[in-house]
Amino acid sequence: MILLSLLAAVTLAIIAQRSLFGVVILSGAYSFLMASVLIVLDAVDVAMTEASVGAGISTVLLLSALYLTKTQESPPRQKMLAPLAVTLTTAAALVWGTQGLPQFGAADTPMHNHVGGAYLKKSVPETGVANVVSSVLADYRGYDTLGETTVILTAGLGVMLLLRGRRRKYDRKKKTRTKTGKTGKAGKAGKAGAGGKT
Amino acid sequence: MKLDLILRITTKLMLPFMLLFAFYVHFHGDFGPGGGFQAGVIAAATMILYALIFGLKAARRVAPRALIERMMPLGVLIYASAGLPALFMGHNYLDYGVLAHDPVHGHEWGILMIETGVFITVSSSMLAIFYAFVERGK
Repeated sequence: MILLSLLAAVTLAIIAQRSLFGVVILSGAYSFLMASVLIVLDAVDVAMTEASVGAGISTVLLLSALYLTKTQESPPRQKMLAPLAVTLTTAAALVWGTQGLPQFGAADTPMHNHVGGAYLKKSVPETGVANVVSSVLADYRGYDTLGETTVILTAGLGVMLLLRGRRRKYDRKKKTRTKTGKTGKAGKAGKAGAGGKT
Repeated sequence: MKLDLILRITTKLMLPFMLLFAFYVHFHGDFGPGGGFQAGVIAAATMILYALIFGLKAARRVAPRALIERMMPLGVLIYASAGLPALFMGHNYLDYGVLAHDPVHGHEWGILMIETGVFITVSSSMLAIFYAFVERGK
């Protein structure tokens, strides 16, 4: 409960913050809090991933993205009413959706009675791996993990292609080109910050 | 960063332990939390810390870009080829039971092999993304 209210406080602070540097640092704090919540929920593998990726790598990457752009959030150009309505509707739908979820920790739910039990029973005799998360990810769901690894390779290639393009060509052309490029990147960084909030 | 003595010395002290922890997370993934992905991220974080404190030039000497760019597809290839022996011996793709005489051992070997593939791809991809951002800023 304390962790969850801290999460809410950090989210509000992110919304109030205009300086993008502060937003990046706060989203790192958000990730560490989220990792603590996951540890409390006994999901140690996910907590480890959240702490290393969410708080470690993505903070560094966002900071290096800030290095390329402006560090101050630009004031909104349109009225905030339409986004507010969309957000409130989505939030209401999500809260309404939680009414249909089973009780927290209930044993007779589909997710506990489907293949989960079979994995828990068969992991050690079939694969000799005590950490069931590893055996499910690498063995029973090997195709999925192969796909995920390919996704990471594709992401790395995509960023390299986007950022390592030839810059001199742009510099020779008119200044308007570079201007639009800059605002585009600022929008990207803002989006990434917003992604950290959800 | 030449004047930041405390940062440099502390980083030098921390780096080997961070790298060792990455390998611990990788090879101990069967029993403890973690696996190739987390280990790869920690190893990449080690290199990023090194690059932040000692500069991009020093980091490039340790992990040249050509090496990083070859490691990215190499990991996926290791993963994908771990499933091939099973295919040739008449089993399903990515069925590691055939990798050793005892199917259970085969599964253990197979999991370690594909985790190595994941480790290589993840660590080099993260580092490549970091390099791309930093080089763009110069």
